[in-house]
Amino acid sequence: MPTHERPLSPHLQIYRPQLTSVLSFLHRLTGVALGGGTLLLVYWLIAAAAGPAAFATAQELIGSFLGRLLLFGWTIALFYHLGNGVRHLVWDAGFGLGLPAVYASGRALIVFTIVATLASWGLGYGMMP
Amino acid sequence: MTDGPTFRSELGRARGLGAAKDGVQHWWTQRLTALALVPLTIWFVASVVGLAGADHAAVTAWLGSPPTVGLMILLVGATFNHTQLSFQVVIEDYVHHEALKVAAIILVKFACLALALASVIALLVIAFGD
Repeated sequence: MPTHERPLSPHLQIYRPQLTSVLSFLHRLTGVALGGGTLLLVYWLIAAAAGPAAFATAQELIGSFLGRLLLFGWTIALFYHLGNGVRHLVWDAGFGLGLPAVYASGRALIVFTIVATLASWGLGYGMMP
Repeated sequence: MTDGPTFRSELGRARGLGAAKDGVQHWWTQRLTALALVPLTIWFVASVVGLAGADHAAVTAWLGSPPTVGLMILLVGATFNHTQLSFQVVIEDYVHHEALKVAAIILVKFACLALALASVIALLVIAFGD
């Protein structure tokens, strides 16, 4: 492919960050983080299949401070990506594309992420013996 | 011929596949897996929250039950299919060296397939192992 010095459209460093662009960037960031997080899911399943000793080790790792911190981060990423994914599906169907609607759903997404994450962890700790 | 202007070339119209040579296959599969993952993910998170602090026996009893095995295989399949398609887009956006790009896409594809297979085997061992 020939590479000519062609003018480029204004890129990231030109624009002031806006709710729309920041949320869009976070969708990709959380998606990549969740891709890494799938390794934990696979490890957890294999440990459960391997037997009680391997599973106890996995639970200990996940239950450690670092494990909980990672899991908390992944919970935020999961609910964010889930909520924004639904937003994307609605856009793909042709709805909610006006600027006021985009900002309203963006704000709703932030609230949903925080509430769902805290509710999940609150309920999870409530289940602990 | 349709009324009004058309902006597609005759060849593009005849083949209908676009520059990526696979039409809207990638885009559409990414949306379908996303759609499937909405209920599957909510179900999984709710189930895991309910299992917080549970021991090995309780977790494998849940994982090994037929409805759970079925839903988990769907979850794992949709997750790694979606992950592969999404990582491919990210690689295509940021890796501009052609050989590296192709190598990274192939690596992600193989890794996603291997991880999905490992998950399914683990689930089958839990369900049918001794």
